[in-house]
Order: sequence, then structure tokens, then C-alpha cells
Amino acid sequence: MTENKAKESLLLKVAKHREFGLIVFIILLSIIIQVINSSFLTLSNLNDLLTNTSILIILSIGMLMILLTRGIDLSIAATLALSGMITAQMLKIFPETHPIIAILIGVGIGIICGLILGILVSKIGILPIIASLGLMYVYRGLTFMVAKGEWVNAHQMPASFKAIATSKILGVNTLIFIAIIVFLFFWYFMTYTITGRRIYAVGSNPESAIISGIKVDRILILVYCMMGGLAGLSGVLWVSQYASAQGNTASGYELTVIAACILGGVSINGGIGKITGVLLGAILLGILNNALPLIHVSPFWQMAIEGGIILFAVIFNVIVNRRYEENQLLRRVI
Amino acid sequence: MSTDSLASKRIISNKREFSLKNFFLQWEWLLILILVFVIFFNGFLSPYFLNIDSILGSSMTFLDKAFIVFPMVLIMIMREIDISVGSTVALSAVIMSVLYNAGVPMVAAIIICLLVGALCGIINGFLIVKYQLSAVIVTLSTMILYRGLAYVILEDQSAGDFPSWFSYFGWGYVGKIPFILILFLIFTIIFTIALHKTTFGRKVYGIGSNPKATKFSGVEVSKIKIIVFTIAGICAAITAIFLTSRMGSTRPNVADMYELDVIAMVALGGISTAGGKGKMLGAVIAVFIIGYLHYGLGLINVPAQSLLVITGLLLILSVTVTNLKFRKRKK
Repeated sequence: MTENKAKESLLLKVAKHREFGLIVFIILLSIIIQVINSSFLTLSNLNDLLTNTSILIILSIGMLMILLTRGIDLSIAATLALSGMITAQMLKIFPETHPIIAILIGVGIGIICGLILGILVSKIGILPIIASLGLMYVYRGLTFMVAKGEWVNAHQMPASFKAIATSKILGVNTLIFIAIIVFLFFWYFMTYTITGRRIYAVGSNPESAIISGIKVDRILILVYCMMGGLAGLSGVLWVSQYASAQGNTASGYELTVIAACILGGVSINGGIGKITGVLLGAILLGILNNALPLIHVSPFWQMAIEGGIILFAVIFNVIVNRRYEENQLLRRVI
Repeated sequence: MSTDSLASKRIISNKREFSLKNFFLQWEWLLILILVFVIFFNGFLSPYFLNIDSILGSSMTFLDKAFIVFPMVLIMIMREIDISVGSTVALSAVIMSVLYNAGVPMVAAIIICLLVGALCGIINGFLIVKYQLSAVIVTLSTMILYRGLAYVILEDQSAGDFPSWFSYFGWGYVGKIPFILILFLIFTIIFTIALHKTTFGRKVYGIGSNPKATKFSGVEVSKIKIIVFTIAGICAAITAIFLTSRMGSTRPNVADMYELDVIAMVALGGISTAGGKGKMLGAVIAVFIIGYLHYGLGLINVPAQSLLVITGLLLILSVTVTNLKFRKRKK
């Protein structure tokens, strides 16, 4: 009996605090990696790890909001590439541009891209997966057309711009710093502001959201604009980090971002998902990317392991949720 | 009495007029118009295009991925989606090539290729049905997994050196018609009959338009879903065979983004992703529209990048038009 109760409460905890399970998993994984290769938990490696995960974190936060409204956005990697490419082309012509202005331009391009998608989804009523698929083609094609088939290479970019990815603010790498700012802003926005809570409302029950006076169209457009803005920001950061803008930058990255959200416990049916979970999901993927080479796993195994872990997480999540619901039902009978 | 019969006559004539109008307002007619336009556009671009040999022969260049369109139509009518098909193509192609290079006879390797495709599909269907997961999540995970397995098997190598008869799949002709086109047309007939004339097809539509009601009326929804996803796997393996045959070798990164090309063709074909609507014929015409459009623009050296923009705009435009039409009717 007591054993049963303990089991129940454990399940309840796992189901209620999915983040907790993720943290345990991340810690276990880190210990295993650390035992195999002691250079994993060093400050410089952790710094590398977080720097390389910053863009994934930023994009995942945007994708979380989209998934909450029952949408999906496949165009983000193309938006990222387009804004990165346009910014890089502009820097080639005007090398004097201040890095902050470059970032703002990137964000602006991203917002325009997101706005178009938002209008297609909310006003015309095209399913997000189809609309964003179409726009993915358009933005990716535009990126190639803007680039005229060429890359923008490191020597064509001003040093001040490349410094975005290498400089430090308050002792942490600027990329990490920006990711932290974005995380804190959206954490506050989604947890404590009315508009943030409305995003959840739209996703968990669109009909009642309309009845309770929420302008669903506006929320949708806002969410897609924010996603676009974050993708535009990521585009500039990406170009600065890799010091090159290419036509096929980040091709296929949208699926990694969605995978991070799913690992973080976001439901694709809308309304369920926390920003802390998404952060942990992105970090978990970041650890896998960083650590597998460290423990001498062939790079060719990396993708299969990533896919296996995502599948495992998804199935595990369903089983836990089901048990939890069954337990709840049993309790009601008693 | 005379007014009565007049009224009834008017109703009948009205009805007839309406049905005729509806018949010509079908999405498929518009698609055929676009197709004819595209073909003449190609002829305008290159004087060599407008002869039967060229029109038939050029279909070789885009029909390999079109085999996945058939099951994708069924899947999208059922309100599901499968984004793992591109990876399934890669995995089955890689396994087939590696087995042949390891000494397995080619015929056996081809059969195993089809089995691998079927297995990939069954796993998708099983996970979706058993755990009631959304197809987006499952096929996204297996997409990464299958592609990853292809990399595990072949790493950054390529595998080829097939027997010479194997190239017949990709390059062979029956008379003046490419072999792949004949097989594609046979598949079109089979799938059109299966979707529009059999109880299986009605069940697929039923699941798409109202899953709960369909389940309560005694249809084994899970079984049909698993069958359809398995067919998708097998068709991906068929694509793998044709693609490998045409290329002469295979790599783990083949068929990259095929899933998105296929979904674009199906959506352009008028299959509503909200489920329960659309016809097989529309998707088949859409295959030729996108295929000939790419081929024709390739003839005049339009870079592949602009093709992306055109495909994307075509997709959005077509869905917008169907949506507006649908909205009007609703009102």
C-alpha cells in the first residue's frame, strides 16, 4: 500500500514536473560523459557547449510559442538564412555599420517574414504546416537569389561584426548573454503578462478563447512575428559565429528546433509546454552534439543516436502521462 | 398544374446547370489548364520540347519521387502526415546497395529494399496507433533515426557498381515510353480505384472527415492507418530503387527534402490537409505540373534557386484559392 503510494507520488511528480525528469537525465548523461572523458566538465568546454547551443535555445523559445497555438513553422531555417544573407550582403557594402544596427536589420527582416506567415495562417486560414512549407521554399530561394550563388566569406565582413560571436559581456560570451536575455524576457512574457497567457488560451481551446474575447487572429500574427524576429536575430548571430553566409545556411535546422521543443515536453496539439522545459530540451541536444565527439562516438552515429533519444523521450512521455491519468481515475473510484 | 410542371422543370434545369458548372469548377480542371500552360510554356522556351518523345522522355527526370505521392494522398486525407519518407528512401537504398556489394544477388537485394521500406512504414504506423501520438512527432523522430541509420551503415562512402540490367529501371524504355512512366500510370490506376471505388477508400475518407464517427461505425481505424503507413514505406523503397538505378550509386544523403517536395505536390493537387477532401487525380496532375515546370525552367538555365521560389508561391497560391473557395461555400 505504502509502496503503491510512493510509486504514485513519484509518477505524479514526474508527470507534473517534466523538467525535473529532464534535469535528472541531463545530470546522469553528464556524469557518464565525464567518467569517460574528464575534459567534458571544464569551464572552457561548457562555454563552448553553451555558445553553440545559444542559437538553438533562441529559436526553440519562438517555436514553443508557435506550437502552443497548435501551429508549426517550417520556414524558420530559411528565414534565418535570408536575414543572415541580407545582413551579410549589406555589411559587405557598408562595412562601417554598427553591429547593433546589423542585428536590428536582421530582426526586422525576420519580423517581415513572420508577418507574412502570420497573415497566411490567421487571415486566410491556411494550415501552418502548408503555409510555412511554401514560405520555406520562397525564403530559401530568395536567399540564393540575394547571394547570386556566392558565399559571403569571413574576409568580406568587418571585424566588429565578427566580434559579436567572440566578444564577452559581463564575463560571458555575447551569444550566451543574448540567449539569457531572450530567455528571461520571454519567460516573464509568457508567465506573467496577459498576452503571454492568452497564447496558452488560444492553443488549449480556440473556441472558448474567441468567446472570452481574445482576438485570436492578432495573437497568431504576434506569435509568428516574434518567431520571425527571433529567427532573424539568430540569422545575424549565425553568420557572425561561423563568419560566413551561404545559400544553404542552417538547411534542415527547423527540425532540430522542433525536436528540442518535443524533448522539452511541448505538446504538438497546443496549449501544453513550458519555456524552462524547452530550455532543457535544447541544452540536452547541445550536450549530445558536444559530447559525442568527446567520448569518441563516430560522427556518423550522432544522427541515429539523436533520433533514438527523441523517439525514446516521446514514448516515455506518453507512457508516464497515461499511467498518471490511470492513477487519477483509480483514485476517483476509491 | 401547368405552373407546377414549369416550376419542376425549372428546378431540374437549374440543377443540371449547377452540376455542369460545378463539374467545370473542379480543382482538377484548373490543374489541367495549368499543366497545358506549363507544357506550352516549355515549348515556347525550347523549340525541341514540343514533341511527344521529349515530353514523355523528360518525365524520367522527376517521376522517381512521385511514387510516394500516392500513399501521401491517403495519409493526408486521413489528417496525418509522413515526413520520414525521404529518410526511408535513403535507408532502403543504402541497405540495398551495401547488401549487393557484400555479395547478395541483386534481385534479393531489391526485395530486401522493399522489406526495409515496409518495416520503416510499419514502425511509423505502429507508434502512431499504439501510443496515439501525432504523426508529425513520430515521423519527425523516425526521419532523424532512419537517416542516422543510413549514415551509420555507409558513413561518408557511396555504394554502386550495380549489374547493367539494373539501370533499366531508371533509363529503360518500353517502345517509346519510359518504363518508369508506365509503372507510374499503372500505380495511378490502382490507387485511384482503391481510393475512389473500394470500401478501403471510403474508410480512408471517413477517417479523415470524422475519425470518431468512423470508429464507432465499426471501421478498424488503427489497422487502416498501419496499412497506409506501410504502403508509404513500400512506395518510398520503390522510389529508392528508381533513384539508385538512375544515379548509378547511392549515398546516405540521397533524397534529401523529398518529403517536402512530395507534400507540396499533394497540397497543390487539392488535397486538404484538414482531412477528408481531395482526389487522387489532382495530385497526379500536380506531379506533372511541378515536374515539367522544373524541367522547362531548367532548359533555359533558370537556376534551381528561383525554382524554389516559384514552387513555393505556386503552393501558397493554390492553397489560398482553394481556401477562399471553401470559405465562400461555408458562408
